[in-house]
Formats: sequence, structure tokens, C-alpha cells
Amino acid sequence: MREHLLSMHDLSAEDVLRILDTAESFREVGTRVIKKVPALRGRTVVNLFYENSTRTRISFEVAAKRLSADVINFASGASSVSKGESLKDTALTLQAMGADAIVIRHASSGSPHQLTRWVRGHVLNAGDGTHEHPTQALLDLYTMRERLGRLEGLRVAVVGDVLHSRVARSLSFGLVKMGADVTLVGPATLIPPDAPAWGVEVSHDVDAVLPKLDVCYLLRVQTERQRLEYFPSVREYSRLFGLNRARVTLLPEGSLIMHPGPMNRGVEIDSDVADLPQSVIEDQVTNGIAVRMALLYLLLGGRSAAGEEGEGRG
Amino acid sequence: MSRILEADDVRRALTRIAHEIVEREDQSDVVLVGIADRGDHLALRLAGEIRGIVGRDVPVGALDITFYRDDIGLSAEAPEVHETRIPFDVSGRTVVLVDDVLFTGRTVRAAMDALTDLGRPSRIRLAVLVDRGHRELPIRADFVGKNVPTRRGDDVRVMVTELDGEDGAVVSEAEPATAGRGGAA
Repeated sequence: MREHLLSMHDLSAEDVLRILDTAESFREVGTRVIKKVPALRGRTVVNLFYENSTRTRISFEVAAKRLSADVINFASGASSVSKGESLKDTALTLQAMGADAIVIRHASSGSPHQLTRWVRGHVLNAGDGTHEHPTQALLDLYTMRERLGRLEGLRVAVVGDVLHSRVARSLSFGLVKMGADVTLVGPATLIPPDAPAWGVEVSHDVDAVLPKLDVCYLLRVQTERQRLEYFPSVREYSRLFGLNRARVTLLPEGSLIMHPGPMNRGVEIDSDVADLPQSVIEDQVTNGIAVRMALLYLLLGGRSAAGEEGEGRG
Repeated sequence: MSRILEADDVRRALTRIAHEIVEREDQSDVVLVGIADRGDHLALRLAGEIRGIVGRDVPVGALDITFYRDDIGLSAEAPEVHETRIPFDVSGRTVVLVDDVLFTGRTVRAAMDALTDLGRPSRIRLAVLVDRGHRELPIRADFVGKNVPTRRGDDVRVMVTELDGEDGAVVSEAEPATAGRGGAA
């Protein structure tokens, strides 16, 4: 494993398997009465969140605490904080306080990468702009492997606003790396023009894709985009691409419905569809803790970088 | 490299330890917990031997102690993690920890911490296939397959058929002076 987790491109297929296997052990810890192990005692993890987040921030916090690390939550509140100098100053302050790892979410793509140039600790990208969200992709891969027993050859559709979705990017890169077949589905305006270069298929007809799937992965419709005229109306989107009862019947037996949350019930997914047994959205959340524990453990469990001169790492 | 246990020696040692456990421990509450990733296989074998003697199944679990090690962060890579699988409550039971080699005692210390996070055993015992000495903590084994005098830097390796294709144990002697292989980790 590298020193940081910024992008799915940082990981080899072997790294991904190691993370998922390690997460398996942490999943067991999550089933105990005492859901805590002393592995990262004395380490400090900072959650540096410049964007709102419920599940990712809490998931990282729970993960770090279950490893017995100390957790500092930094929320930038109403973001008058802009990138550049002020992010740097914040980073240097955290460094001076001895942060061993910084988990960062930021509206600007590339800010986690920027952070690595200023701090000696490990940096984990918890979502940067429209770039990547690798820990979400890893927990999704974990959930698929747990439920379906494999990743290679899985047929997965990622449906919705792929253009603005860091989740879609990280997940597609991860799935392609692990040998799955990915189809991006959505209105032409919301599919990135360079998508074919990712090694994925593109379709604008969800009904044609559903019968061939192992996993139907729905993205949140970012309704704020509608004002920018990426699609005519939320209702039309829902009619053309939303997963409703009728469409669920097109999915093969045993296939999964996934969503990274937060859901817009009634838009990209019908409310009763979200609660079907084949919808594994809650599993994704539970698995997220185990996967983030694995990442923190694998990054921080090696020889410490914080407080040392960077070069000595093997 | 010299061989200290042949496959037959391993089998005999396990049979003897099984008899000792039956003699000394109250069979109504004994459970076996093997320390991954050799001890868990030895624990399964011991359970088979005990079943052969008392005609009853003994609960067996596998314990991974990685998260309780005291050397996390000291080697370049995070130590590899194995599975913990203990499908019974350890509270109120006599838990016999099973490991392949007893050396510094640090693994056993970690195992006791891990175990007490899972419940409150009434007693914890320790069974090992090889005791090679050089303890760094006040820990001793209750059941020992074979005592083997070694030098500190020697490497003792137990093999089990499930993972290594054969049963046995070997000692590789520490290379004299210079930065031997022991120091490279």
C-alpha cells in the first residue's frame, strides 16, 4: 500500500483484495459486544471536512474509535474557507498537533493531493469535488463481493449523474480494475464524454440494461443540477431512469440494488424499492465502517511517518 | 536447519497434551481457542484427540491477535490480519489457548487481552507444541509438547499439513555475528 489513499488509481488489484480481506476481520470485530480493539492506540486521526457529510464523517469517526485512535473532528461550517493558503494553514496546524492521518473532504478536486505536499501524515480522500471518493468505492466492492462471492465478471450498471459523481468515477475505476463489466447509464448530458476511455460501456436506455445485471447501482440525483439544465425536470428523470417496482421486475433473480446515500426516495429510487430485500443499502453503511477500519489500520499500522523525516518508509 | 519434530512426534505430542487436558481440567466447561494461523489448526486436532478420549465434542475457536500486538507500527508494513472465529461465549469457561511456539510470551499476552475483550473466562490455560524459552514476560505454558533449547536469534518454525503440506518443526540457527536475517524485519 502507498502512504496515502487519494484515488483508486493508487491501488493495484492486489491492494484492493488485501483491503477487502482485512475488512473481513474488522467486520467480525463489529459483531462483538466490545466493538473495539487497541490496534491504533496513541495515534491521532483528524477528520477535516469542508463539505457537509453525515455517513462518511461518522463512519470514519466510528472506524478510528474502534481502533482506539484519538479522533479530532474539524468541520469548516459555512465555508468562507477557500482553498489555497487557508487549507495549507489548517493543514500545518494539524501537523503541528501531531496528526498521524488526515481524512479530508473538500469541494475542490485535487485538494487531498495538495494536502500531501504539506503534511507528513497519511492523507485519505473522503471525497474531493467531482474527482474521487475511493473509500466509498471500496465499501461498495466489499459489499458486492460479500453478497455475490466475486468481483470478476460481475455486470454492474451505474445509473444517474455520472458526470458530477466522484462515487461513480471511483467505483468504475475499481470495478474495471477487478475485472467487472461496467455500464454507465443516464441522459447524455450527464455521462462524461471521456467515459469510454475508462473501459466501460455507455447506455441511455435503462430498461435495456437492467435484465443483464448483477448489480444496479443508483446515484443520487443532485437536484441542484437541474437548475443548470442538465436535465429538463426531476419528474422526467424519474420516469426515464428512476428504479420503480416495474423496473425491479426486469432485474435478474439474485441481483443487488445499491445506492451510496443519501437517497432521494421517489426520484432515483422508489421508496418501497429501497426497502426490498435485494436492496443492500444498509449493508453498505455497515460495511463502510469495516472497510475504513481496514484502511486506517493498513496505512497507520506500518512504521509511523508523522514525526519522522519522510524518507525512511519501506 | 535441523528438524526437531517429525510428523509422528507432532501426533504423539498432541495425543499426550489431549490426555493431560482431560486429566487436569474439568471437562464440563473446557473450550479450545487456537491462535491463528498455526495454533488454530493444532486446536482442531486437539479437539479431535479429546473427542476420541471422552467421546464428546469440545468447542473450538480461532483467535487472531494482530490488533492486540504491542509491535504495531514498528515494522514497515502493518502486520497481516487473520480471522477470529469463536462461535461460543467464553465467559465462565476454562479456555485452553493453543499455539505452535512459545517464545517471548508477547503473543500470549496479546491473546489474553483479546480473549478478555470477548468475555470473562473463569480460567485461561496455555498449550503449546514447542517451548523454545527466552521469555520476556512472566508467562508459562500449562501443557507443552516439547521443550527445545534455542539461541535467541534462532528461527523455530512449526509446520502443519493444512497450511504447509506436512507436520513437523525445524530450527534454523541464527547466523553468527553480522546483521543476520533476524534483524532485517
